[in-house]
Amino acid sequence: MKKLKSLFLLAISIIAFSSCSSIKAYEKMKINDAEMELSARKAEKFEQNFQLYREGSSGANGGKSGGGCGCN
Amino acid sequence: MKYISLTIVALYLGIIASFAQSIKKDSIPYEKRKLKFEQADLVNSYYHQDGNNSAVTGGVGTEKLTDFSNTFDLKLSKYDKLGRKHTYNFELGVDTYTSASSDKIDPSTITSPSYSDVRVYPSLSWDIANEQKGKSIGFSISTSVEYDYTSIGAGLSFAKSSKDQNTDFSAKIQAFFDTWKVILPIELRPNNDGYGGYQQNDNAPRNSFSAAFSLSQVINKNLQALIMVEPGYQTGLLATRYQRVYFTNNVLKAEFLPSERIKLPIGARVNYFLGDHIVLRSFLRYYKDNWDINSQTAEIETSIKLSSFASISPFYRYYQQTQSKYFAAYGLHTTAQEFYSSDYDLSKFHSDYFGAGVRFAPPAGVLGISRLSMLELRYGHYKRSNGLNSNIISMNLRFK
Repeated sequence: MKKLKSLFLLAISIIAFSSCSSIKAYEKMKINDAEMELSARKAEKFEQNFQLYREGSSGANGGKSGGGCGCN
Repeated sequence: MKYISLTIVALYLGIIASFAQSIKKDSIPYEKRKLKFEQADLVNSYYHQDGNNSAVTGGVGTEKLTDFSNTFDLKLSKYDKLGRKHTYNFELGVDTYTSASSDKIDPSTITSPSYSDVRVYPSLSWDIANEQKGKSIGFSISTSVEYDYTSIGAGLSFAKSSKDQNTDFSAKIQAFFDTWKVILPIELRPNNDGYGGYQQNDNAPRNSFSAAFSLSQVINKNLQALIMVEPGYQTGLLATRYQRVYFTNNVLKAEFLPSERIKLPIGARVNYFLGDHIVLRSFLRYYKDNWDINSQTAEIETSIKLSSFASISPFYRYYQQTQSKYFAAYGLHTTAQEFYSSDYDLSKFHSDYFGAGVRFAPPAGVLGISRLSMLELRYGHYKRSNGLNSNIISMNLRFK
């Protein structure tokens, strides 16, 4: 658990303290690649749903945050 | 002479004005103002699970369940006279499931209505984007209908991009107003005796409110990251009243949980393009709520580009959670407890989820069908430390 917390803090630190240089539009070939999207894939939609139902936690992953029962 | 001069000036101004008008027209061509088809996605999945901790039978018994889910998602757009882009998204989802444990609500029937059900959930969203200013606002409405449950939802969103489009901020608020027709286990119905909370055939409310704030940043040519906070609040019937709870003195009651829940998840995504053929996608989440569940999620996916239009993406996800203070296993609750549940989704466990996806997006279309721009297939196996196992296979077809 401590390891995961450390990993989480490390990720936050990368985002917060990285020296972000201004990237021009023509330099974003890799950033604009479909695989680089900062969201879950459409095909992951139902994976996120079953995880929401089978686990006690939810949210902050771009998935479903309410509505519907999910009680089975 | 004065009259001629004024006529020339008027003609000149008229010509200037007519040119000015034509330039304005050219900048926003009429064609672009027509509603344009952007893309359509068809997502199908088949899910199967099995385990031996069904909450319907008090934390023991089969959890066998199959679910066939389908959504059709249509995106249209148009530009208005002011050059703003309007995007309309319509989604229709239909899930069909069969649940062996739900059938135990009333075991005297061989196949009760609760054994299988269909959920239908249409939604509509409208987004208005000013691309020059990098701002957008959006509205959404949704509904969901199944045998004993209906839901109506609405949302409002705002997004802003920096001038260089390297930083994006978005905020979204959502509300869901649900109604649940209460069903009690068959043994607790004759005297309408569910012990506390809503009783058989009551129409119980369950309302969910959430706000989501995200900030994304392009860090360099290969790296970008996002952080997201999504506090949520639920109120109303949060227990599943047809789930049984057996106490130390053999008393049977229907699950009973507090009518409020506050959730605080914080998530982060970091994606890195390694070399020319590998994309590392990661997701981390920390979660806490006032039912004493703390959880951590870590996920990594390695997308390997086999060619410019095909990739394979193995993934692994680890999840762990602490036990809710309201959970106890079969026969371990005492009658002195105010709230009680034997639902193992609220127990302490960890889970492993792994699998792979393949994605094809050839420029000439999948299988030579020009409109079919992308095909993605994914398979995943889920294993929970308390014995629940599941498999899911999903397919996404994208039309452009």
